[in-house]
Amino acid sequence: MSPGATDGLRFRVTAEPLDAASTTALVASSECGAITCFIGVVRDHNAGRRVLWLDYEAYAPLAVKAFETIEGESADRWPSIRLAIHHRTGRVEIGEASVVIAAASPHRADAFAAARYAIERIKQIAPIWKREHFEGGETWIEGATADPLDETARRAAFERACV
Amino acid sequence: MRITIRLFARLREIAGASELSRDLPDGSTARHAWDHLAGEFPAIAGYQASVSCAVNEEYARLTTRLHDGDDIAFLPPVSGGN
Repeated sequence: MSPGATDGLRFRVTAEPLDAASTTALVASSECGAITCFIGVVRDHNAGRRVLWLDYEAYAPLAVKAFETIEGESADRWPSIRLAIHHRTGRVEIGEASVVIAAASPHRADAFAAARYAIERIKQIAPIWKREHFEGGETWIEGATADPLDETARRAAFERACV
Repeated sequence: MRITIRLFARLREIAGASELSRDLPDGSTARHAWDHLAGEFPAIAGYQASVSCAVNEEYARLTTRLHDGDDIAFLPPVSGGN
């Protein structure tokens, strides 16, 4: 395991490879009967293009605060939830993890829902950008305007989490 | 007053720098900093409707008033994907 992924912080942005087992270990506790782990992985195709690798750029201190915000929002809905979120920066190869989310809860329904909510919210409000390097070119993939106070977006994330 | 402007992703590329130091009139808001930037780098103006900002490492509004020594980050739309 890389030293970067094992220093015990639940919310991190790192250039080091991610290790899902160590992220998951950070949320485990004796009162939790369920831990879900979501791993976002770089895939080899997007929008009809053959993807070669992704480059992630983050505003790290604000990204960590966004992860903490996401945990706070999750706890409003699922009171016993405990999250860990680790996100990669820099060049990430096909098949490597770009993000690992671990969600622990006394019961599985909340753990599944909170992990889904967290990834939806990360895509909305974490200041992280990806540059796709594909066969024949490269481009920034730009999604949502980052606005933690946008209640419509937040509700949409909850709805996706609770289907 | 003097402020630090941080830029990311496409905005960073347009400006050719991840960090800029600029003088603004006292009482300026984040929007004034943005307008200043768009004047200097016209290609940035295309992000007017989609940019968000953070002041001193906290999300902020473009109406936020800036102070000497503040650190303002302009954030293009964040990474999508599903």
